[in-house]
Amino acid sequence: MKCQYCEKPATFHITELTEPSGPKIMHLCEEHARGFLQKESDSPVASVTNALAKQLQLGQSKKELAELDQKECPVCGISFFEFRNTGRLGCPYDYSFFEADLVPLLRNIHDAVEHVGKRPRRLAASADSQAEMIQLRREMEEAVELEDYERASEIRDELKRMERELSIPASDDDDASSSEGENQS
Amino acid sequence: MNQETDFTNLAKSSGEWLRGTGPESDIVISSRIRLARNLADFPFIRRCSDEDRDSIERTVRARMEAMEDWKDIRYIDIEELSEVDRQFLVERQLISREIADADGSRAVAVDPGEQYSVMINEEDHLRIQVMQSGLDLQAAWARIDALDDKLEGSILYAFHQKYGYLTACPTNVGTGLRVSVMLHLPALVITRQIEKVFRSMQRINVTVRGLYGEGSQYSGDFYQVSNQVTLGHSEKSLLALVGDEVVPQIIQYERKARAFLIEQNQQDLHDDVSRAMGILSTAKKISSEETMHYLSKVRMGVNLGLISDVEVATINKLFIHTQPAHLQKLHGRVLGSSDRNVQRATYLQRHLTGRQGKGELN
Ligand SMILES: [Zn+2]
Ligand SMILES: [Zn+2]
Repeated sequence: MKCQYCEKPATFHITELTEPSGPKIMHLCEEHARGFLQKESDSPVASVTNALAKQLQLGQSKKELAELDQKECPVCGISFFEFRNTGRLGCPYDYSFFEADLVPLLRNIHDAVEHVGKRPRRLAASADSQAEMIQLRREMEEAVELEDYERASEIRDELKRMERELSIPASDDDDASSSEGENQS
Repeated sequence: MNQETDFTNLAKSSGEWLRGTGPESDIVISSRIRLARNLADFPFIRRCSDEDRDSIERTVRARMEAMEDWKDIRYIDIEELSEVDRQFLVERQLISREIADADGSRAVAVDPGEQYSVMINEEDHLRIQVMQSGLDLQAAWARIDALDDKLEGSILYAFHQKYGYLTACPTNVGTGLRVSVMLHLPALVITRQIEKVFRSMQRINVTVRGLYGEGSQYSGDFYQVSNQVTLGHSEKSLLALVGDEVVPQIIQYERKARAFLIEQNQQDLHDDVSRAMGILSTAKKISSEETMHYLSKVRMGVNLGLISDVEVATINKLFIHTQPAHLQKLHGRVLGSSDRNVQRATYLQRHLTGRQGKGELN
């Protein structure tokens, strides 16, 4: 049997069972099989982009979509356009910042919008304090780059204080984490 | 990295999950659970700077090393490994293809029995994975839940009151849980029932995929069943969906198909299995694809009592040990594909012709 995309013999016979229209059998040569399986590993992206496409077709006009695409997370800088194309978000704050657009997507993918199940035993940081910590970390890296080590160590102390407030148990690794800034310099 | 990673010794053994025991182990190879977790104070991997990645890796490592029971854990710096060594870890299912091929700081922590591994800087900051031989999701869950609790004791996770554990991809948000059961279903394939069975599964929130070895080798008659959704169901109910509803049903179908084959077709089946055994134990060179194909038949033959002097555990190990990186590690040097075909045949012969003690692979 020949590969369905070229003249080489088909050595891979792949049954695709995740197609909504039912199982589909592919007969492929090694090279095309590799390409196909590679693509397969990206399937979460496909499911996100498909669900988004469906949702956008239903709800939004071209103009609204263009506006939405421009929207950028103030913490990590990811645009909705980039998210739409990669299926990956940029930071935890995106779930708050893009909330209005993510909720229909979550409903589409999971048929639910609210977490049920395990929760961290200690107090979780609020979306805002998580965002603040990420931003502080970025500033710290910038300070190190500018060789402003005083500022960098101020920020590091501030980050530590925030972590402590969120009741991270103080542990022996304190030394390890305080050497972080030094290692970078 | 401060430890010499001696993969050559590792290559001679296999993970606990391949031991071929545990409930339903004639059909279920392994149960795997993974949790996706992210640190609260870093962007997700896509948006991390190189410094962020270094810092995540160092922080997580330091905190893991401070945990009790760390002593036996092996911490492997993936960035420093050769291509063959990365491939080797992928073949053992300790790391994903994705993290093997990625750039920048990334690592994996593995326990000596290879029952759990923690990938650092994969698609999420942490991918915690537990593997178990046979169908035993409760045991696997107990273990991963405890490990997650321990990590949570020293790492602040990204968590949202409403949306749960926050992940880079919205398909994992909520529990961050993926339960995967690997099944060996040769009789359903032979009887051409497999598609019908899976069509009936599609309505119930699970994904079924044919399984492929690394380097895209087809790995005969293996299928993986996983939960599709992660949000809006508790971990317990997702485990129950896969482990108590879907998988037992598939097992039942496979058993029926095996009984049918034995009854209707004993001679053909026996002939088929014996030929497979014959080729594997006499060939002078053999490809990885062919090996998978015939090992699958032999495995079924062993489980149906048509072959008696080989153990299932041995067959399970051969599936892994005959893959390219493993062969090269066992042989102690880099081999081209035609050399590998010769070595593979020699290796199979040595372990299938009964000259070796049961399950002994060195
Ligand atoms: Zn082709
Ligand atoms: Zn963001």
